[in-house]
Amino acid sequence: MPSRPKSSRVDTAFHATLVLAGLGVATVLAGVAWEVLSLSGEALSKGGIGFLTGTTWDPVTEEFGALPALYGTLLTSAVALVIAVPLGIGSAVFLSEIATSRVATVVGVLVDLLAAIPSVIYGLWGLFVLAPLLREHVQPAVQAVFGDFPLFAGTPLGVGYGTAGLLLAIMVIPVITSVSREVLRAVPETQREAATALGATRFEVIRGTVLPYARRGLVGAVVLGLGRALGETMAVTMVIGNRYDISASLFAPGYTLAAVIANEFSEAFSPHYLSALAGLAVVLLGTTLILNAGARLLVRGVATGGARKNGDRHRFSRKSVSVPISVPSSDPGKEAPDGRP
Amino acid sequence: MDALEAVRLRPVSPRLGRRRFADRVFRAAVFGAVIVVLMPLAAILGTIVVRGAPALNWDFLTSLPKPVGETGGGVGHAILGTLILALGGLLMAVPVGVPAGVFLASDRMPRLAGAIRMCADVLAGVPSIVVGMFAYTLLVLPFKQFSALAGAFALSVIMLPTIARTTEEVVRLVPSTLTEAALALGAPRWRVMLKVVLPSAGKGVAAGIIAAFSRGAGETAPLMFTAFGSQFLSFSPLQPIAALPLVLFNYAVSPYDDWHAQAWAAALVLAALVLAGNVIARFATARRSS
Repeated sequence: MPSRPKSSRVDTAFHATLVLAGLGVATVLAGVAWEVLSLSGEALSKGGIGFLTGTTWDPVTEEFGALPALYGTLLTSAVALVIAVPLGIGSAVFLSEIATSRVATVVGVLVDLLAAIPSVIYGLWGLFVLAPLLREHVQPAVQAVFGDFPLFAGTPLGVGYGTAGLLLAIMVIPVITSVSREVLRAVPETQREAATALGATRFEVIRGTVLPYARRGLVGAVVLGLGRALGETMAVTMVIGNRYDISASLFAPGYTLAAVIANEFSEAFSPHYLSALAGLAVVLLGTTLILNAGARLLVRGVATGGARKNGDRHRFSRKSVSVPISVPSSDPGKEAPDGRP
Repeated sequence: MDALEAVRLRPVSPRLGRRRFADRVFRAAVFGAVIVVLMPLAAILGTIVVRGAPALNWDFLTSLPKPVGETGGGVGHAILGTLILALGGLLMAVPVGVPAGVFLASDRMPRLAGAIRMCADVLAGVPSIVVGMFAYTLLVLPFKQFSALAGAFALSVIMLPTIARTTEEVVRLVPSTLTEAALALGAPRWRVMLKVVLPSAGKGVAAGIIAAFSRGAGETAPLMFTAFGSQFLSFSPLQPIAALPLVLFNYAVSPYDDWHAQAWAAALVLAALVLAGNVIARFATARRSS
């Protein structure tokens, strides 16, 4: 449109630049997916479903099966979540619901610091401090208690699925804590006040109203943590033990998708070998992408009030309304009589 | 008086004691969770300092590595390499990430913005080793040469979503009255953005960039088959280059005690670099919002 003033044309150009930059971000993501997929094409088409279910990894005979690495990735991540979820969400609850704001700020900074430590430093610490500690003290003790229980069988090596899972838990906790804290912060104050006014203790407020309201967002926080655990490379590579095998024991050495890629990619000598490693990356990428997309949707659902659907199912409203009303408190400023006679 | 006492002594609810007990147990449990969460932080930082400090000296920070068996040697090349790689990553990520963040915050074309926001978040969740593989196929395979350029590109992919999303957040924090006042004065949108919005969000944008820098500086996996590492001082973008996290990893998995000691010292340097960036970014944002 030639009649438009110059500033308007500049405006359009400026906006177009911004849109272009935005599309650039999308292009990079598409590029990552495309390049890795096309590099893996040969291995995936040749191996088919056998690539996913095969248990052998032999570059010499060019026989590639991803199952042991996938198993290691899933097992270490599961171990990490079992440890990290209660601790991470518990810490978030403490920071947002119980701690004074000064304590919450300081601890929040420390938790963020934990998230900022590079993963290779976690790996170094895991290799030289955590693994020897587990090998010499923790694993023998566990075996003394549980005997031949298959989950804890085998020689205590220090490195293995369990050690990697524990290290991952430490790395994942800050993610879960800080996202959960944001989610809990988004719970309206009126919810807490209403429950408190009915005489609920802090525990009942949290269990009955805050956590149910935040539930979807908390699930999102956990899945985000899981995404980090699945994709984590360096720390796991250093403590997983690097044995391409499937074992039920947490003390056994194993391998993960990311660790195989990290150890073998730069020495992959044939195109097919390279392609098989890219195949592992596709498996890894697929798992994390699906989980991450799902988690973002969940977290956003809470921020836009999607959690309200659960409002009628608050435990507090069903169960304990009648109890606290009988509390006779002479001064209305107090939550409950303070345990004096 | 007596009546009041009677009211106080009356059991308010048969379950109150149990409920209070549950409350105390709960408080103790979540407090305990925080303590357990913070213990590894203390343990890790403590170990780095205790084991890293003895090997740390001026020579370690400035000189090149010596062959195995000879004592001494340092990681000067790797410190420089990490700075070059991270700065190179920023050079590529900032020109895309900042405008993309401004676009996300502009609320024009909300559907496209939503899709791009999703892409940025998903990109942030892509495992860094996969990013390394992407940079490898794009910049190493065609040239048949590991290079600093490929390493910096890999880091830029990791920095990009961080920069875009933090830019969006801080641009959104600029009061709309400011924008509206400028628009009411007849300024075109692009001038408002460049002369009003970005300057007032500048500190926040800078904080995001510093955070991205320190995240990039700590990354190992994307550099393993892009920058690859080197024993020498290198400034060429088309040659392999050393990086602190790579040196740390290689020394840590090596069988030599001397290298292990150097790995701890390298960890101390790396942690200082990364955490300093983090603290600077935090202070910049704290001053902005207060």
